[in-house]
Amino acid sequence: MTRRAGPIIILLTIAAAVIGPVLVPHDAIAQDLPMRLNGPSWSHPLGMDELGRDLLARLLMGARISLFVGVSVVGVSALVGTIIGALAGYLGGVADAIIGRVMDVLLAFPGILLAIALVAVLGPSLRNVVLALVTIGWVGYARLVRGQVLKIRELDYVQAIRAQGASLARVLRAHVIPATFSAVSVQATLGMAGAIIGEASLSFLGLGVQPPTASWGTMLDAGRSHLFDAPHLTIVPGLAIALLVLGFNFTGDALRDRLDPRL
Amino acid sequence: MFAYTLRRLALTVPVLLGVATLVFALIHLVPGDPAEAMLGESAPAADLAELRTKLGLDRPLLVQYQAYVFGLVRGNLGTSFRYNTPVAREIGQRLGRTAQLALAAMAVSILVALPLGVLGALYRGQWVDQVATTVSLLGVAMPNFWLGPLLAIVFAVSLGWLPVSGTGSWQHLVLPAVTLGGALAALLARMTRATLIDELRELYVLAARARGVSSARAVISHALRNSLIPVVTIIGLQLGAVLTGTIITETIFAWPGVGRLLIQAISFRDYPLVQGCILFIATTYVTMNLLVDLVYGWIDPRIRYQ
Repeated sequence: MTRRAGPIIILLTIAAAVIGPVLVPHDAIAQDLPMRLNGPSWSHPLGMDELGRDLLARLLMGARISLFVGVSVVGVSALVGTIIGALAGYLGGVADAIIGRVMDVLLAFPGILLAIALVAVLGPSLRNVVLALVTIGWVGYARLVRGQVLKIRELDYVQAIRAQGASLARVLRAHVIPATFSAVSVQATLGMAGAIIGEASLSFLGLGVQPPTASWGTMLDAGRSHLFDAPHLTIVPGLAIALLVLGFNFTGDALRDRLDPRL
Repeated sequence: MFAYTLRRLALTVPVLLGVATLVFALIHLVPGDPAEAMLGESAPAADLAELRTKLGLDRPLLVQYQAYVFGLVRGNLGTSFRYNTPVAREIGQRLGRTAQLALAAMAVSILVALPLGVLGALYRGQWVDQVATTVSLLGVAMPNFWLGPLLAIVFAVSLGWLPVSGTGSWQHLVLPAVTLGGALAALLARMTRATLIDELRELYVLAARARGVSSARAVISHALRNSLIPVVTIIGLQLGAVLTGTIITETIFAWPGVGRLLIQAISFRDYPLVQGCILFIATTYVTMNLLVDLVYGWIDPRIRYQ
């Protein structure tokens, strides 16, 4: 069941983020103060927030932010991590030692703490959230790819291509890195869940996306002041985060089952 | 064991130095002038110059780094810009609260996870197992910044059983501890269930049952003990996650610990205090990982020779 549920949740979220704002007749940042904190109604199915903005419209805007952060963080982290990991594993020696020490320090640092530290000094913004999450994100891919490349570089076909005099860039690009794709794709799917949680955590702490832009994390943060009079402000965005994270986790697990011959 | 301890200690020193260097670099990543960021754009030039001198920003980078590292060795984390007191003292005053929260969260997660995992394994495939699995799956997917407010809505707002935030009694600790321990409980319950199912298939359990040992006793005094080894490993590995989880949990429940101090310091742009809190949390994390490794080396001699 979970094998299908994951991709379905992801596809529905993507569809909602892309076409949703067109279908919902309300603006995500337009305020209607007399309507503030109103519960669900026919015209506003998820109710209104603390400034009288339509919660459904904001939820859809938040979905765009979450997916944008997920795709950009995972895309850049996987690209940077794969290149660095492949170089470390393939070259060995001094390059591997230096990259290894940098990775040791970054892995010794609790990820979210480093992200908080970076956003704290660079200033809160969507760009800096992506930058902070990439700074902690690439290491996981580099470690994974390095381990894979250590095995791949000893295989006969790689040795044969090297013996033919192929350049380093060509060996890595055409023969070594593609062999790591299946492992990287599993990690990237699970990484989407991590990036979405990371963005929501930073935004919840006031270090991420800034008002009036809606992010699921900032919506949860705003809901904290209205637990008594408007619990829907907390329930709705939290449910959206949990569902999408579950969707990526299910998909990652299913992908691993399919790609790993040992399972 | 002595050689193993020395080797692990020697590996930790460069990591700690790397962490300290990273934290030192933070203030130099502030866009523009850190003194101006702290005092505001309209601050008089004399005040800016005074703060730069106080923070040592007017000295060459290498001299600053040297003074910073020597200060750390002596336990000097700098002076808080907002409170005008030593950063180490501010952290020290809140350390007990964070430790109290982290320990309570660990206790909650173990108390919830073990019965849930054992029930799941014993009644595998039945409704009890399905309920236990669903609860633990939800626990893994629910971020603590959602679980916390949800618990507050149910137990503080609707039922009125527990206070929403603050400190002062054991009731104040319940919601933060459950929020922080929730994800760990879910992970431990899944782990306990999986390892206990494997263990129950072993021949020694069958032999015990053949000797007439009751089903409950076979599980509790034979299989469960052996299945706990990987569970204890996970608890050790998750200590760090619990520590960083305190940052969000303390913010949700206004719990006056080091995590909340960090977030407050960020909003006041008190960079020396931000650096101090981050260095403190990261160093505690690295030290706890070291201790966990040393304990494993002591429990399981095979680890020492790897």
